[in-house]
Amino acid sequence: MPKPGNKVPRRGFLKGAAAGAAAFAAGSKPAAAQQAVNRRGVTVPSASALVDETGPVSSAEVMTADRPGSDFMVDVLKSLGFEYICANPGSSFRALHESIINYGGNKAPELITCCHEEQSVAMADGYAKIEGKPLAVMAHSTVGLQHASMAIYNAYAGRSPAYIILGNTIDATARRPGVEWYHSAQDAVAMVRDYSKWDDLPISLPHFAESAVRAYQVALTPPYGPVLLVADSDLQETPITSDLKLRIPKLTLSSPPAGDMAAVSEVAKLLVAAENPVILADRAVRTAEGMKLLVELAEVLQAPVVGGKFPSHHPLNQAGGRGLIGNADLIVGMEVPDLWGSINTVRDQLHRSVQTFTKPGAKVVSISAANLDIKSNYQSFQRYPETDISIAADAEATLPYLIEACKRLMTADRKRALDERGKKLAAAHEQGMERARTEATYGWDSSPISTARLSAEIWDVIRDKDWSLVGGAPSRLWNVDTVYRTAGGGGAAGVGYSAPGSVGAALANRKYGRFSVAIQNDGDLMYAPGALWTAAHHRIPLMSVMNNNRAYHQEVMHIQRMANRHQRGITNAGIGTTITDPNIDYATIARGMGVHGEGPITDPKDLAPALRRAMEVVMRGEPALVDVVTQPR
Amino acid sequence: MRLLILTALPFILAAQTPSAQNGKKIFDSYGCYQCHDHDGHGGAGARLAPNPIPFEAFSKYVRQPAGEMPPYTKKVVSDAELADIYAYLQSMPKPPAAKSIPILNH
Repeated sequence: MPKPGNKVPRRGFLKGAAAGAAAFAAGSKPAAAQQAVNRRGVTVPSASALVDETGPVSSAEVMTADRPGSDFMVDVLKSLGFEYICANPGSSFRALHESIINYGGNKAPELITCCHEEQSVAMADGYAKIEGKPLAVMAHSTVGLQHASMAIYNAYAGRSPAYIILGNTIDATARRPGVEWYHSAQDAVAMVRDYSKWDDLPISLPHFAESAVRAYQVALTPPYGPVLLVADSDLQETPITSDLKLRIPKLTLSSPPAGDMAAVSEVAKLLVAAENPVILADRAVRTAEGMKLLVELAEVLQAPVVGGKFPSHHPLNQAGGRGLIGNADLIVGMEVPDLWGSINTVRDQLHRSVQTFTKPGAKVVSISAANLDIKSNYQSFQRYPETDISIAADAEATLPYLIEACKRLMTADRKRALDERGKKLAAAHEQGMERARTEATYGWDSSPISTARLSAEIWDVIRDKDWSLVGGAPSRLWNVDTVYRTAGGGGAAGVGYSAPGSVGAALANRKYGRFSVAIQNDGDLMYAPGALWTAAHHRIPLMSVMNNNRAYHQEVMHIQRMANRHQRGITNAGIGTTITDPNIDYATIARGMGVHGEGPITDPKDLAPALRRAMEVVMRGEPALVDVVTQPR
Repeated sequence: MRLLILTALPFILAAQTPSAQNGKKIFDSYGCYQCHDHDGHGGAGARLAPNPIPFEAFSKYVRQPAGEMPPYTKKVVSDAELADIYAYLQSMPKPPAAKSIPILNH
């Protein structure tokens, strides 16, 4: 008798529902009976199982199911509005896979075939950076999650809401011998719990529904983060009994936490009174509305903004943050993951020494939700920043109150003074743009191609389009005027994010008709090049332009530093760090995966025509890759 | 004696005249390019060329950098090699004017 509202164990169901099956089991050897009952058709069966496989089947054995538990799981996923679910196929979630493509019609969510679980999660991360909501992932609880773990860490450190469902078989007596044991864990999420936001192991379908909705809500409550849900294989595959009452709880997204009004008022007083404030906007903006609010705050105060999603051609957008910080009497960090590192640095010499940029008496304010979800083991929280005011709240949600508080304090005299400051900042901005143009000319005709030339040529191709840079960083000359123009990189600097992350972001951009472009590093692409195949297979338009310096170049520099320090040979830094001999032909790799491939391009004169050809392909709705051999940085 | 001096003179002069060609070679092999690009135009590190800073300041910084640059002591780069690198940087031509490049002016 099944428990009310609970799953029916497969063997219990078969015993209860089919007397013939019971007779079959009773008449067989125990091991053979278990294998017959639990047959899932992947491993090589034993001799006795082969007899079972090929022998006559009892006419009374129930061998089909009209409505497995996984169908209900799909109902739940549909209720949450997932557009896509990324997966490398795995037997531990085979029922859910089948329910998605057949019961669910392979729509909302549509299954995206991935070649590696790291790719799946990185795609979810990239998608969320554009769309602002999760993309689902399925993976094995052990080997799949192990592959996915670095991408989960990237998502956690980058505050990205990936939603991961793990196939697992918790009932040891229901597992087939061999592979299913390797692919099961009693606490699967343990290995990533230090860098994920929430997880659960539901033991019934009502439990699954409730936890699935909770997971979605938790993932999208700032600070965002990856969540994991274990979908037990028995729960997936066991038919839903007619007496089981199932419902999906209502999803209500939590309003993000805004700053305490008293503290916000204090910050406003400091901001209005400051002669040289600087706003560090790193992750302050989550949405298009957030960007408008940040612009409004900056304009009310005529204060410079450094970093983050602030329009690049706005006169208050200021590069050269270190100089501004050094001259500032007030520094306001908004969702800055490393505020200490923004105002201090550690010199990377044999004897490490700290240099502080701020001048004596400068006040520091932090508005960040980071402390609302902080864990101890992984050190992604960075060094403790000393602040004068620290507001534990979401910066974007706090912006409207901060703007109003500043406006209330503004007098006509103060406004005139701030307007004068704004004029100086506008002039500095123009000078900065002119400097950027001049800087771009150095090495203009060099081979390998300068990264400034690469950036300028890409910009010339995309500037009249509704573009979105889904991998790499834009030049200052690019007009970054709205929130989806840039997606950013992997949150924990884990290499291997950019290629799949850019495909995930391009997937999000597709329905809007945006032109997705990525500046793709060579070392990064080699971690998960299968993302190119996924882009081709699913017709995800994306122009990947290789910044191919034929090295893990950051590491070349690190080894050079050690060689110089140790003074025993400075010509060997390329050993173990460069990607040469043979040089990798990325265009051929791309073509082999069904992606339009150009290159390798070494002459800058060949770059523009190749980019134009790639652009035409992407405009047709397909991916293209242009391999450009570049200067190191 | 005069013959000996005349014969040796070119070699003495060659040893004293920095070689931009050798400078280019060791700019790469000694890893300078890693931060300053193959042509000294800068990247992770500062732009060195064209118009490098005076040799004395250049040499002092390379030996005892004040910032993040790793030190290149005399043990790993001789004074003569440093002079060759400097000659290479001096040989770099000026870039085109930004206004002459249409795509930088959109």
